Amino acid sequence: MQIFDVFLLEAIVNGILLGGILALLALGLNLIFGVIDVVWICYAELIMIGMYAVYYLHNVYAWPLWLAFPACIAVVAVLGAVMHQLVIKPVLSAEPINQLLVTGGVLFLLQGVATLAFGVEFKNLGISLPTLQVGEMYLSFARLIAFVVALAGMIAVYVFLKRTYLGTAIRAISQDRSIMPLMGVNPNRIFLFTSALGGGLAGLAGCLLVLQYDIHPAIGLTFGPIIFLVCVLGGLGNMIGGFVAAFIFAQFISVGGYFFHLEWGYVIAFLFFIAVMFWRPQGLFGARS
Amino acid sequence: MTKSLRWIGVAALALAPLMGMGEYPLHLLVLCLLWGFVYTSWAIMGRLGMVSLGHGGFFGIGAYGVVMGWNHFGLSPWLGLPIVLVSTAIVAFLIGYPCFRLKIVGHYFALVTLALSEIVRMIIVALRDQTGGSLGATPTTALADTSWSIVALQFSSKLVWFYIVLGVWLIGLWVWTRVDRSMARLALEAISQEEDAAASIGVNVTKVKLAVTMISALLTCIGGVLYAQYQLYINPETVSGIGISLQMVFGAIAGGLYVRLGPTVGAVFTLLLAEGLRLALGHQIHGLDTTIYGLLLVLFIIFMPKGILGAATQLWDRRRGAKALATAT
Amino acid sequence: MLALRNVSAGYGSFQALFDVSLDVNAGETVAVIGPNGAGKTTLLRVISRLIDVTAGELSMEGKSLGQVPAYEVIGHGIAHVPENRRLFPRLSVEDNLRMGAFLPAAREKYAERLARVYDLFPRMQERRSQPAGTLSGGEQQMCAIGRALMSGPKLLLLDEPSAGLAPVVVQSIFEVVKTMSAEGYTVLIVEQNIRQVLKVADRAYLLETGRIKSSGPSEELLGSDEIKRAYLGL
Repeated sequence: MQIFDVFLLEAIVNGILLGGILALLALGLNLIFGVIDVVWICYAELIMIGMYAVYYLHNVYAWPLWLAFPACIAVVAVLGAVMHQLVIKPVLSAEPINQLLVTGGVLFLLQGVATLAFGVEFKNLGISLPTLQVGEMYLSFARLIAFVVALAGMIAVYVFLKRTYLGTAIRAISQDRSIMPLMGVNPNRIFLFTSALGGGLAGLAGCLLVLQYDIHPAIGLTFGPIIFLVCVLGGLGNMIGGFVAAFIFAQFISVGGYFFHLEWGYVIAFLFFIAVMFWRPQGLFGARS
Repeated sequence: MTKSLRWIGVAALALAPLMGMGEYPLHLLVLCLLWGFVYTSWAIMGRLGMVSLGHGGFFGIGAYGVVMGWNHFGLSPWLGLPIVLVSTAIVAFLIGYPCFRLKIVGHYFALVTLALSEIVRMIIVALRDQTGGSLGATPTTALADTSWSIVALQFSSKLVWFYIVLGVWLIGLWVWTRVDRSMARLALEAISQEEDAAASIGVNVTKVKLAVTMISALLTCIGGVLYAQYQLYINPETVSGIGISLQMVFGAIAGGLYVRLGPTVGAVFTLLLAEGLRLALGHQIHGLDTTIYGLLLVLFIIFMPKGILGAATQLWDRRRGAKALATAT
Repeated sequence: MLALRNVSAGYGSFQALFDVSLDVNAGETVAVIGPNGAGKTTLLRVISRLIDVTAGELSMEGKSLGQVPAYEVIGHGIAHVPENRRLFPRLSVEDNLRMGAFLPAAREKYAERLARVYDLFPRMQERRSQPAGTLSGGEQQMCAIGRALMSGPKLLLLDEPSAGLAPVVVQSIFEVVKTMSAEGYTVLIVEQNIRQVLKVADRAYLLETGRIKSSGPSEELLGSDEIKRAYLGL
């Protein structure tokens, strides 16, 4: 295919791979919002902590990766639950904006703690994964793995939500919170579990990202806003919407970055977001309240 | 506070630096007033339920707009000012109009505005050839041969800056009061309770919200301009993006979102906190200030959502009420 | 089975129930009737522990429910079908029924109870994969009752099951209540549709502005002047 530039194809494929990861990130955030009705502004910072956890366990304590990864997921899951219990629960009955702002406080807190604990130099896992050659395209193996794992994670969450009692309760509570006790469900338990699940997904994302990127206490600020945009684009709380929006957004970044300079890809994606917001502020799949 | 007391306070403030203040305290004072002004402009909108996490965008447009205009085109900040103001107004409209018309509030609005400040930051970084990217930028100095230049809006004397910023700060408070007293404010409080009811008595909700948003955005933009001209150094992370947007929110809330002087108290508080930590710990311990900042924000929201001044005024009113009750019975 | 003694309850400063005492014995179908705003829904919410009592005692099979958290009530064998059905609109019919069996003890019996519910309400089986919000009013009521039955309750609380339904559908709902009565379920049903409910109930209490005004066997109440007064609001 001479007319079809192989680099464009590569950009598209990379966009799909990026979309997979973004979709995983969006899933956690949408889950929390859909169930508890709170936006974790600090979600990216939880991912950052996850990345540091893997680095610490693997590079400092010489844990093998296959141990470090599950440990990281567990750590961030616990962090999520603890955050809900200590920080979010006290303001659940307050103005919604207070809930959002309190997670903003956690954002700074996590950044500060990470800086204190790990310093401001960029850290890297030091693992170099090969580049695969597919035809004339070069694809990063790390990205490929991340895509596959992310997809697997999302399918696992989907099955969990659809097929288990707890998963069904999680879906139910976002539709009618006050009658949950009538079925023997303790709403706070569900919130704690969902927070742990959201945290666990952030931890998983951290595991996947640490394979590809350097770690720094402030990196949350680089991809955090992207996650929010993807969620809002898809309709906040709408997990399927977030999934689709992630891939669309990733394509804009990737293909836009191909036609212009890399960062412009992001700018174009963001402008696309603003355009959609102007036309449909509730998101592509969001419902008007 | 009675009116005369207020004017005495302002006069005292205006005369304070003339009593012989060191450069450094004067610098802090300027920053207090400057940030007080910026936080107040955010609060004009924030207190009416329109919590924006995007004011960093307006601030950044102001700061980078005038500096780039000066550095690349020799455009005096005085001429750059209307340009950035118009740009800000357009952006505020582009975000505000669809959101308000379709009743997008709360989380959505916060996140959409957050996107905005990030877009501004991204564009600044992407244009690194012109803006210097993450390394930042400084306005080309006009003070090589002189200590002041009105055309360049640069002054080496902090005292001059103090009076400029004092004036702007007072104007900000005046605007806050005007919005507070206006029908718009009553309408918006009705709106935050019951938007449809407000609409039914003929309040054009969208127009009112847009007006308040514009005012808030424009003032913040001016704050950005002043900041750039005073500090003479800007970079995308400190004048745009989520970091500074949250800083504004925190400052206003910590001080007291619903009270006129609240945001200014917040500015003083956060500044003293940052400086205090710096003096106590030096530059060695990175991250402690952010940690404490975050911890305080969490604690404030949970235990003192009305902020320092808000809680203080509540306490004051309660004591006064109790005293009045005691004297009456 | 269920006993309320001198129960008072309300919402904040607004008191809705004053000194209410009533009993429901095993196998009975008991109705609580009364005009709008009498406190009937409040009564059921008190039993489900969604609202705290400010005075009085609440007990089930001799055990006090006074301190029990709301989500443990179903564990005591009390299943509450709330006012307005309150199904989970975007969950399928079967998922709604599954939620009814959330209790660990109920999960074991899930398959057999599901079969029972589909037996009782064949239309639920037809519509098992449909989102519950798309069902008609009557079907939603059946689904809601089915959901409550999934926990294998000893006592069924029904809050105005006929509310908002067309007369023909109302008829079928009361048929269902009669069937459950006949099968030996213990039911406490709260209703505004006095005539219909007294036909299926063994006994009834008349609740007016938060107080029990009278009680007795259904036939007795059906003929009384007091009922005519409450019914017509005179």
